[in-house]
Amino acid sequence: MADNPEQLEINKRLEVMNKVGLHARAAAKIALKSKEFKSQIIISKDGVSADGRSILDILTLNCPKGTYLEIRAKGEDAREVIEALTQLFHDKFEEE
Amino acid sequence: MDTERIQTDTLHGIGASPGIVMGRAYHIDRAEVRIFYHYLLDESRVDNEVKRFMDAAEWIKEELRKAKESIPAELKDHVYVLDTHMLILSDHNFFDAVIEQIRIGHINAEWAVKKTVTKIQESFKKIEDDYLRERVLDIGQVGQRLLRVLLGSPSGSLKDIADKVIIVAHDLTPEDMTQIKANRVQGIVTDIGGRTSHMAIMAQSLEIPAVVGLRQASEVIVTGDHLILDGGAGLVIINPDADTIQRYQERKARFELYQEHVHGQSRLPAVTRDGQEISIMANLEMISEAAAALDYGAEGVGLYRTEYHYLASAKLPREDELFENYREVVESMKPRPVIIRTLDVGGDKVAGYMEMKPEANPVLGLRAIRFCLREPEIFKTQLRAILRASNYGWVKILFPMISSVSEMRAVKDIYHQVCQEMDRQQIPFDKNISLGIMIEIPSAVIMADALAKEVEFFSIGSNDLIQYTMAIDRVNEYVAHMYKPFHPAILRMLHQLVKTSEQAGIKLSICGEMAGDPMCLPILLGLGITDLSMNAFSIPIIKQIIRETSFTESKEFFKRIFKCETSGQVNTLVFEHMSRILSRDLMNQIFNHPGSGDQSPQ
Repeated sequence: MADNPEQLEINKRLEVMNKVGLHARAAAKIALKSKEFKSQIIISKDGVSADGRSILDILTLNCPKGTYLEIRAKGEDAREVIEALTQLFHDKFEEE
Repeated sequence: MDTERIQTDTLHGIGASPGIVMGRAYHIDRAEVRIFYHYLLDESRVDNEVKRFMDAAEWIKEELRKAKESIPAELKDHVYVLDTHMLILSDHNFFDAVIEQIRIGHINAEWAVKKTVTKIQESFKKIEDDYLRERVLDIGQVGQRLLRVLLGSPSGSLKDIADKVIIVAHDLTPEDMTQIKANRVQGIVTDIGGRTSHMAIMAQSLEIPAVVGLRQASEVIVTGDHLILDGGAGLVIINPDADTIQRYQERKARFELYQEHVHGQSRLPAVTRDGQEISIMANLEMISEAAAALDYGAEGVGLYRTEYHYLASAKLPREDELFENYREVVESMKPRPVIIRTLDVGGDKVAGYMEMKPEANPVLGLRAIRFCLREPEIFKTQLRAILRASNYGWVKILFPMISSVSEMRAVKDIYHQVCQEMDRQQIPFDKNISLGIMIEIPSAVIMADALAKEVEFFSIGSNDLIQYTMAIDRVNEYVAHMYKPFHPAILRMLHQLVKTSEQAGIKLSICGEMAGDPMCLPILLGLGITDLSMNAFSIPIIKQIIRETSFTESKEFFKRIFKCETSGQVNTLVFEHMSRILSRDLMNQIFNHPGSGDQSPQ
C-alpha cells in the first residue's frame, strides 16, 4: 500500500484548541469526518497512534486543550482529509 | 389494584431537572442484566456466537438510525450522543475485539461483550485529565444495550407509552430519551446518574422534571403506583395520602407563580425590612457564567476562581492567555468590581504538568499560596496578567490560604516586585488595587488584627474554615456528617472574626457556600456581615429572604443562638426563626432550592 507511487501521504500538526479538549463529542466529530474519506488516517500524540475512524482510539489518546497532534493521511484523497480535519480543529469542533 | 400493597414511602435522590409533577408510574425494565459464562466446547458454535453478536450490533445500529431521524427538535443538540453509540458499535476496538474474544477465548457472545467493555473502561480510567475523564462516553450503556438484545429481552420501548406517566427505570439511554414524547412523559425517575449525566441534561432540555440517583427506585416502584416527583428537591413520594396530594398541588401552583415573581425582582437591590442594604456578588469560575450573574442582579464578582485555566490545559498557560481571560471578565462586569483570587491549586486540584509529589495530607500540604510562593515565576506570571487586566475595569486581588503575617509579607514582596517591573516596562495598570486575603485557616482568624494591617479586605472561605476548624474531611464518608456550619465553634469563630475586623476597620465579606445557603442567612446577617458572594443561581432567593428579614431582629436572634452548645440546638432555633419571619411561599421555595440546607453533605 505504502509503496504504491500513486498514493499520496500528507502530514500535519494540529492543536486542540477547544476549551474542554477531545471529549466524546469532539472525538465523534473527528471519527465521523474521517469516515467520509478513503485514505488511511492516523492521529498520533507523543508517539502513540490512533486510528482516525475509531472514537475509542481517539479518546484514549487523552488530549486536553493545548495538545498538539500529528495527523497523517495516506491515500488518494489525503489532501482533502487534511483540509477537512484542519477546518474541524480550527473551528474548535464547532463548540465555541 | 390490590389495596393491600399500597404503602406510602418517600425516596431521596438528586434533583436533576426542576419542577413538581404528579402522576402514575410506568416501569421500564432497564435493570442490569445478569449473564453467564459459557465455554464453547463445540467449534461449530463459535461461528454461531459471532453471528449472534453481529446481528445484535446491526439491529441496534438500525434502531439508533431510526431514533436519529425522529429526534425531537429540543434534543437536536444532543444527537451526537447517538452518533457516539453508533461509532462504538462499528469501532474496530470494540466490534473486532468482541469477535476476537469469541474466537480465541471460545466464549459466548455475552461474555465477550462484557469482557471487552470492561477492558475499554479500564483504558478510560488511565486518562489523566479529570475534566476529560468525566466526559468520555458511556461505553457501559452500549454494553448493556447489546446484552439485552443478545438475551432476547430488548424490553419496553418508550415509544409505546400512550398515557401520561412518570417513567421509572434503573437507567435510561440517550436513545431512550429521544423517544420520550414530552406531552406523554410527565417526569423521570432513575436509580443511577447525576446532575450532569446525559440523561439529566436531556431532561432539562425537554423541560421534564427528573430525579436521579435514587438507588433502588426501580425495585420499589411498580407500574401504576401514584407518584409525586419534586425535581428541585430531589424527592419522590410513592402512593401519597390525600393530604399530601392536596399539599403538593397547592405547593406546585404557588411555587410556579412565586418563582416568576422572585426572578423578576432579582435585579433590584437587596434591602432588609428595616432598610439595611446587603451587597450581593457572584462567585464565578468561567466567563460564560458572567451573563447569568448579571441577569440575576449580581453587583460584581466577589470571587473569580482562576484554577480552571491551569487545570484544563496540558501546559502552563501563558501570560497573554490569562490576561485575555481576566480582561474579558473585568470588561463584562464593568463598572462593577471583580475580585480575582490567585491560583488555588494543590490538595485535590493538580494539573498533570505540575509534577507534584504525592503528599500524605494534601489539604494540609503544598497548596494555594504555599504553592505560589514555592513557584514564584508561576505566581508572577499570574500577577502580571491580573495587573494588566486591571487597566480595563475595577480589579481587586484575593490571596488564598494565608496563615500568617510573614507569609502575607512574602506575598506582598513578590507583588511589589511585579509592580515595579511593570512600571519599568511602562505597562499601564491600576496603581490603587485593593489586596485582600481569604480567611479560611483558623490561625488567620486568631491573627486577624495583625493581618488587617497588611491588607484592605478579608473574605471568609467558609468551606475550608469549617474543615480546618473541625478537622473534618468533607469528602470522607465516615466523617462528612460531622461537617456542620451550625456548630457553635464555627459561630464563635465567625463572631470573633467579625469583632476583630470591626475594631481594625477592615472590610469583611463571605464567599463560601454558607453565603448562598438560605438557612445560613439569618446567622450571617445576625453577625453583621453585609457583603455576600455566592453562586449566581442562589442570588434571587437570597435577595428575597433578605427583603423579608429585619437586620436588627437578626442581630437579636444571633444573641440567642450564640448561647447554644450544640449544632442541633442551633439548627432548631434557625428553623423556628425562619418559619416565623418568612412567608409560607418563601419557605417552600427555600426547600425547593438545590443546595439549600447543605449543612450535611450527601
